[in-house]
Amino acid sequence: MASTVENPTNIPEHCPGTDSANAGKASACAGCPNQQICASGPAGPDPGIQLVKERLEQVRNKVLVLSGKGGVGKSTVTAMLSRSLAARDKDSNVAVLDIDICGPSQPRVMGVLNEQVHQSGSGWSPVYVDDNLSVMSIGFLLSSPDDAVIWRGPKKNGMIRQFLSEVDWGNLDYLLMDTPPGTSDEHLSASTYLSQAGLTGAVIVTTPQEVALLDVRKEIDFCKKVKIRVLGVVENMSIFVCPCCKRLSEIFPATTGGAKKMCEELNVPFLGSLPLDPTVARYCDEGKDFISELPNSPVVQALGEIVKKLVTVCESREE
Amino acid sequence: MLENVKHVILVLSGKGGVGKSTVSTQLALTLKEKNFKVGLLDIDLCGPSIPYLLQLEDKGVHQSDEGWVPVYTDQEQKLAVMSIGFLLNSRNDAVVWRGPKKTAMVKQFLTDVSWGELDYLLIDTPPGTSDEHISVMESLKGVKCDGAILVTTPQQVSIEDVRKEVTFCKRTKIPILGIVENMSGFVCPSCTECTNIFSKGGGEALANLAEVPFLGVLPIDPRVGALLGKACVKELPESPSAKTFNEIAEKITCT
Repeated sequence: MASTVENPTNIPEHCPGTDSANAGKASACAGCPNQQICASGPAGPDPGIQLVKERLEQVRNKVLVLSGKGGVGKSTVTAMLSRSLAARDKDSNVAVLDIDICGPSQPRVMGVLNEQVHQSGSGWSPVYVDDNLSVMSIGFLLSSPDDAVIWRGPKKNGMIRQFLSEVDWGNLDYLLMDTPPGTSDEHLSASTYLSQAGLTGAVIVTTPQEVALLDVRKEIDFCKKVKIRVLGVVENMSIFVCPCCKRLSEIFPATTGGAKKMCEELNVPFLGSLPLDPTVARYCDEGKDFISELPNSPVVQALGEIVKKLVTVCESREE
Repeated sequence: MLENVKHVILVLSGKGGVGKSTVSTQLALTLKEKNFKVGLLDIDLCGPSIPYLLQLEDKGVHQSDEGWVPVYTDQEQKLAVMSIGFLLNSRNDAVVWRGPKKTAMVKQFLTDVSWGELDYLLIDTPPGTSDEHISVMESLKGVKCDGAILVTTPQQVSIEDVRKEVTFCKRTKIPILGIVENMSGFVCPSCTECTNIFSKGGGEALANLAEVPFLGVLPIDPRVGALLGKACVKELPESPSAKTFNEIAEKITCT
């Protein structure tokens, strides 16, 4: 794939560029360490980009959920946002795409653990959680929960391309994409394939402690490098309320000011904080709909505000 | 390059944010307190945490005739550390690399660092079962790898990913030294009521299911997170975490 070929540091002076029809064939290419890769790869942009664009034409907002750090609640926040978006307007259609290939969590969090996807004439049919909420994940394609997907980058890349170009979503208002931690293959593939399809932007999830913020700063740097708009940062697990004495504890202390301060430093919008509620964690494990079942939880209330802000940011772009 | 290293131990987890780096650092510090010479290699290229956890963020790596000289945490050079964090200009810099480049970096870390004589080399990994993990496995083929410690948190969503890591170890024939359950309960500092924020017992159940040893539980203790480079077993000897780290270290060293 031409788009994945990286330029060597010592580019020949008259390098025709990896996307050119002469890639690897021009006289300047003689002796270049990447000559063979350039010459054998198809010239021009990846055909997948066009396929993704066509497939996602009916999707109004495409939002990536990112975090440099693992285990901060990307999947939980994705599930919360999607459930909340679907619940606030029954006429809107929301979908979640899980591009965490090695550790898919969406099937469990959304409560559709043992479902399967079906193939139809117009592509893969996603799994429906609700009338207006659908999910797609590699978890549906594995035969056992013990199955490990031991794949290197190019294979993951191919899977993501398939997910983006072959799932029959229908008309969608929001497509939320849950990602694995890091700034590597999955993230680059998603941003490349979505480059023509009009990616709305990214929601970044973090926890308050410095060791998480450290990786999240890298993720924001990544967004700047690949030109993804940061829609805002959500701080998860901010405060724990003891169910016995109601005392507030900082389990992951924000020694460096937490997400809010980081947002000010890096000049990105801050969407809000979600407290840590063990009931919500348990509902996630069981895949229950905590929004309708726990309307009084502080998490659900804080979530309402975040969704409101997010919708405003997404809608403002459209006009 | 690893011929003078007596034992190599991997710290793995399918899930992110469960405390792989914290467990690796504290385990390295525990072994160091027991007078072993320890090396700590961080192969999480996109999110290196070890330099921060050991407060070595401003340190750099030097080149010598024998290869890269790791960063030492102490004068006696008993704990050597290597991470991509030492090679970045700014702590905000992202390493946006695809697989092949990460593979090359991991290989370099395994072959070009002059660790000297080491009793234990702990390798901290990123989450998942992908490029970095396959590369480490391949590079370690020629070296004797003692096995892997798997870290998990108790809730199902995390256990699910760690089950995949167990399969990865079985398929690549790395012995599993055991499973550690981290964040397994939070004791409220005011009423001492223990809340199982992320439920409890998942790690042990997984160990039984996978028929691998269970190494112990580590409760959520904000004090341990705030240690930054100091050994839990020395600073908080009475804490339940210190007890668990001592037990794990014992189990590793007696085999």
